Amino acid sequence: MTTAAPPAPTATRERHRRYLFDREGILGSLLLLPSVAYLLALVGFPLVMALIYAFTNITTGNPVLHFVGLDTFRAALSDPVTRTSLRNTVVFTLISQAIVVVLSVVLAFALRANFRGKWIARFLILLPWTTPIALGTIAWLWMLDSIFSPIDWVLSHVGITSPNSHMFWLGRTHLAMGSVIAVQAWRMLPLATVILLAGLTSIPQDVREAAEIDGAGFWRRMFGIDIPLLLPISAVALLFGLVFSFTDMTVVFVLTRGGPQNATQVLASWAFFKGIEGGSLGEGAAVAVFMFPVLAGLAALILRMVSRAEVS
Amino acid sequence: MAALGQTSRPGGGRRLRTSTRIYTVVGLFALIASFPFLWAIVTMFKTDPDLYNAKNNPFLYNQPPTLGHIRLLFQQTPYLTFVRNTVVIGALVVLITLALSLPAAYALARLTGRWGGRIGVLIFLVYLIPPTLLFIPLSRMVASMRLQDSIWSLVVVYPTFTVPLSTWLLNGFFKSIPRDVEEQAQVDGYSRFQAFVRTVLPLALPGIFTVVVFAFTLTMHEFIYALAFVASSDHMTISVGVPTNLVRGDVFFWQSLMASAVIIAVPVALIYNFFLDRFVQGFTMGAVKG
Amino acid sequence: MAVVETRGVRKVFVGQTPAIDGIDLATKEGEYLVLLGPSGSGKTTLLRMIAGLERPTEGDVLIGGRVVNDLPPRVRRIAMVFQSYALYPHKTVAQNISFPLAAGGMAKEKRPERIKWASSLLGIDHLLDRKPRQLSGGERQRVALARALVREPQVFLLDEPLSNLDAKLRSSAREDLKEFQRQVGITTIYVTHDQVEAMGLGDRIAVLDKGRLQQLGTPHEIYHEPANTFVATFLGSPPMNLLEHDGALVGFRPEHFLPEPLVSERDGRVPFEYRVDRVEYLGSDRLVYGSIPAISPGTRVIARLPFTVTTPVNEGADERFAVAESSLRFFGLDGGERIPAQPFKLKGVSA
Repeated sequence: MTTAAPPAPTATRERHRRYLFDREGILGSLLLLPSVAYLLALVGFPLVMALIYAFTNITTGNPVLHFVGLDTFRAALSDPVTRTSLRNTVVFTLISQAIVVVLSVVLAFALRANFRGKWIARFLILLPWTTPIALGTIAWLWMLDSIFSPIDWVLSHVGITSPNSHMFWLGRTHLAMGSVIAVQAWRMLPLATVILLAGLTSIPQDVREAAEIDGAGFWRRMFGIDIPLLLPISAVALLFGLVFSFTDMTVVFVLTRGGPQNATQVLASWAFFKGIEGGSLGEGAAVAVFMFPVLAGLAALILRMVSRAEVS
Repeated sequence: MAALGQTSRPGGGRRLRTSTRIYTVVGLFALIASFPFLWAIVTMFKTDPDLYNAKNNPFLYNQPPTLGHIRLLFQQTPYLTFVRNTVVIGALVVLITLALSLPAAYALARLTGRWGGRIGVLIFLVYLIPPTLLFIPLSRMVASMRLQDSIWSLVVVYPTFTVPLSTWLLNGFFKSIPRDVEEQAQVDGYSRFQAFVRTVLPLALPGIFTVVVFAFTLTMHEFIYALAFVASSDHMTISVGVPTNLVRGDVFFWQSLMASAVIIAVPVALIYNFFLDRFVQGFTMGAVKG
Repeated sequence: MAVVETRGVRKVFVGQTPAIDGIDLATKEGEYLVLLGPSGSGKTTLLRMIAGLERPTEGDVLIGGRVVNDLPPRVRRIAMVFQSYALYPHKTVAQNISFPLAAGGMAKEKRPERIKWASSLLGIDHLLDRKPRQLSGGERQRVALARALVREPQVFLLDEPLSNLDAKLRSSAREDLKEFQRQVGITTIYVTHDQVEAMGLGDRIAVLDKGRLQQLGTPHEIYHEPANTFVATFLGSPPMNLLEHDGALVGFRPEHFLPEPLVSERDGRVPFEYRVDRVEYLGSDRLVYGSIPAISPGTRVIARLPFTVTTPVNEGADERFAVAESSLRFFGLDGGERIPAQPFKLKGVSA
């Protein structure tokens, strides 16, 4: 019993070109275009060029793309500093992030409660991250000074070390490495904590109350409910931290310039010294390219986590 | 490990009894986190003879504190130039970032379906590409654009990391504004663009403001590109000028150096604290919605 | 005042089954047309296509005789009220109402008069300086209506505007809406999933399911002469009873299923043995749940007895009930389309 449409004379069609901008698909592409074009030009293109440079012997003195196959790579690999950098980068990244993971969990749980003075505490705890990295590291440079370090002073006055002795935090191979790792952990801890804290507060209250009614005590609730529910967000945070630490050079550069004798050199800083300061762009690029496989793997992991979160 | 010491009372809400253990843990972390800065603050007022005497207790002012080093910093070093450069670059980068990311975020939130979602994720992933991989070819590109050793090299390159982050944050914000109000404005007589400006923008102002703050501070923090592209102190930013240029000969003027760090660190930290919650909200919103 | 038409309209969202699968529809001038259907039936999508917020994949939308497919909403001279009312949160009531006037370019001096007219018509002139968050649900709805009215549109589109109101408020709001439309006389298209609303408000009702138009007719036609089993069971609470018999589906409404003595022989009384499972006492009615074993033992058959019927009905008993033959409706087994009445012969029941 449907009513048929009454026969009507041919209706006029309005001109539609005027309303081009109201069409969703076209407008969407137009609005995205500037950003995508910019990023392609200033990120996509250099990324490709970085790979290409590694197969050339280009330098700032002679900026010609002269392909030399794997020669540059071979030169980089045979250089012992490159191998040291690779090893240092791995050590630096893994240990600093391990410290961050453990400490951030502790700190996040501690900060979950509300207490007097929380604002001040939060301010202080966030200082390493809110300060420009180079400036924070400069402060550490002074704190770890070979002669005037207050840490040395405290240690010798408390009796742990002999009076007026100096640790040479940045001068001895293993101490230098430890210092660099410690400063990196110091400056990445606040961000990880903040992210975990956000994850903690997003755990729905009724889930925790149900657990309490079911008889779970404090520790069981923490390990059985809080930590598993935190896992996704902390995994993403950890991956970010790994990517960042693996490819960063600021702390190393400001604290030790890669020394003593390349003991703290990492891939990123070595690429800088070779490519930018040294002008040997091809070699610098080859060193940087070593970062690429690990980076791609981590990025793929992050992608998978994010898309899984999307599904749920 | 700290116990949280929460007690729940029957028939009432929970009452938190903060134990001393929390204070201890938090206090310890706060101390470690801030100690370098506290130390910098102590140092910057010390006179040379006081500071450079290894026998003195470093925590006390064995001689009265002085403002001389701060004066030196402002009057005899390029510090103010660094500050000026940083502010100028920051402002320009913020403008470019907004110009690029506002339309992109709107397009992702409203105008594109699944392919838009994928592009959104890709844009975000750009943020993960490390500067240390890109700085070598970028330095050549900057040179061929004749921008080397100028603040413009940074103005052009910095949006590569501010734009992905801003787009992501703004996307989350726009998505949280219901479509109804925009569509109502379209029915009421406005074009899509006018509807956006009149109904969505006013509601998204907090998000835009957050983006401005973060874009500016990211610019201020950046070290690697600034180090790679700028060599002369006239064009340096604070982040790279202080560690490399405030050294005369081989002598570190430590008090001035510490002052230069503290003067920037504290206000920035204060501002960050205000905006932190919003940032995290944007981060988690973006993470959940992809 | 205009007639809205859709011709062969289809809407397919990428990778999904069609939301609208070929709908031909035409309103009458000044009528109150209700689009009724369950969620997912496409009624809101259809409304949005008429508004211009979605483009049809195929087919045409016409307003006042013009094809408007390519026209954006602002040019179509329509007004729309969303389910959430979509009031501009950062503007006062007066500013909300004047928003369309400003968009249309009306001079500032002329606006207060129209605002006053619209707001007094809806009884909200005392609220002009408030912001939306300070208003109750009913007040917000009236602001949305005032804003819709103020431009003198040729069509009103309403998307479930009553669903956000308390149940109690809904029936008085329904009355107000109907009265309002009668006064302004503008062609109105109203979307709802609530059949009570639809029956109470509509001059005609278009029943939709799965993107297709099931039936278009007056409330009386839809209720008493359903075109298929979907319409028959969607309207009416409890829904029409449907039993398979003699190669067809036989249907009768619960209110037509009464104890045998109450159905007159002259109406062509069709008797049934009714096995009663449960009786619900609802105050104004009794609902009886049972089955008719002789025809379809597994199918539940419901009877609705008004309080005026005092015949005792016992749970667990077999009662003699009947339906007037004129109240029977017949549908094809395959597809559920309405078929002409056929004589009903029940085997094995003594008359």
